[in-house]
Amino acid sequence: MEQTASIVQIKGIRDGLLASFSDAPWEDQRAALLTQIDERPDFFRGARLAMDVGAQILKVNDLVDLRDRLSERNVSLWAVVSESPVTEQTSQLLGLATRISKPRPEEQKQFIDTITDETALFVNKTIRSGNRIEFPGHIVIVGDVNPGAEIVAEGNIIVWGRVRGMMHAGSKGDRSAFICALDLSANQLRIADEVSANLKPPKDPKPEIVSINSDGRLQAELWNAG
Amino acid sequence: MTAQVITITSGKGGVGKTTAVANLATALAMDGRRVVCIDGDIGLRNLDVVMGLENRIVYDIVDVIEGRCKLKQAMIRDKHYPDLYLIPAAQTRDKNSVSPSDMVRICNDLRADTDFVIIDSPAGIERGFRNAIAAADRVLLVTNPEVSAVRDADRVVGILEAEEKGNPALVINRLNPNLVKNNDMLSAEDVLDLLGIQLIGVVPEDETVIIGSNRGAPVVNDTKSRAGAAFRNIAKRLQGQDIPFMEAGQQSGLWNAIQRLAGRK
Repeated sequence: MEQTASIVQIKGIRDGLLASFSDAPWEDQRAALLTQIDERPDFFRGARLAMDVGAQILKVNDLVDLRDRLSERNVSLWAVVSESPVTEQTSQLLGLATRISKPRPEEQKQFIDTITDETALFVNKTIRSGNRIEFPGHIVIVGDVNPGAEIVAEGNIIVWGRVRGMMHAGSKGDRSAFICALDLSANQLRIADEVSANLKPPKDPKPEIVSINSDGRLQAELWNAG
Repeated sequence: MTAQVITITSGKGGVGKTTAVANLATALAMDGRRVVCIDGDIGLRNLDVVMGLENRIVYDIVDVIEGRCKLKQAMIRDKHYPDLYLIPAAQTRDKNSVSPSDMVRICNDLRADTDFVIIDSPAGIERGFRNAIAAADRVLLVTNPEVSAVRDADRVVGILEAEEKGNPALVINRLNPNLVKNNDMLSAEDVLDLLGIQLIGVVPEDETVIIGSNRGAPVVNDTKSRAGAAFRNIAKRLQGQDIPFMEAGQQSGLWNAIQRLAGRK
């Protein structure tokens, strides 16, 4: 029992309780969390629980199942923090928060370091309406970005496909960030705090790269090989 | 017999989900299949009206779930096809009266002696939609060639991906070839280009569909109706037959384009 209990750490935070998961198999950790709750039912009754699941990839069924089990024990799950974009998307679909408001000054700095390390998120599928991908680095997408989808990167965004959704590069204020795509038919693009809205899609789409020019405006340039 | 459970959904309302369910179920029954339709739109039922079975409702799906009747008692037999049944929705309750596991249980009970279970999903992406897709082996996505309907359909494809239901098959409903020719309507090609999923049928705009719905007689019974023919073809494709995307006497560029697109996948 001691061993299973130790793989999930529960501590108090400003917004309730935070359960931190390790990289152990999901089933074991889920069991460990429920065991901990069952051992002290009075302490957990009515609690608001956030989970930091690390890099675990969780599907809708996993989270729905756990949320139901928690609510049977009168514990409400309100947030899932994850490093995995898949899990983040799942949580957003279920209407769970994916950020917990906790001042993390050291981590803020780490983000800037990651950009200089050129970390990128690689997504190999079409991003559909209602999906939002947010990443503290660059984002590379092989597939289309459909209308109603949102892509937000602290670094650059590169899309091997057609873009008709909203793109925001350099979201934390990096004015040197750029956006490029095979077909840039988006009606809104943002880099840092510059916004270009109500764009007309080109008649004959060609690969383009968008950046902030010397006048401080967004500017698109055709990409020429050679 | 092990039934295939097919859910028909759309995201946006009013694109023709219920019409598609009534017509596909009738077409499958015409081909000699045993079919049960379930109206998943608890609180706003209308599949019974479109199928002309409104007057025969005694028990509904919530009665089955809450144990007031047996499943067989809630199954209403169609007027013309003895192997076609409808399980109606409750009109005085709401979506929360049914849970996804209730739907899975009912469909599993039906699987043994049925060929097809067809579920009519409510519009939207909330509880009723989740109930409707919970038991689905296969999802058909109905859309109109309109930007707003296609946008909602795209959202539904994304949710189905996240739920690991796979990609749905697409039915483009109420396509008007004359409007497409004049560039006043999205073409089937435009819709497929955005959604990137497999096409299972294109139903042309046809006023006999509305007349049939109001009379409670699905248009597939009408051999002269072009929409009816399109629904009969979709039903054949659901049974695994390879029916080309072409109507008799319709050799226009549009149908050729659709055929080409369907072959691409």
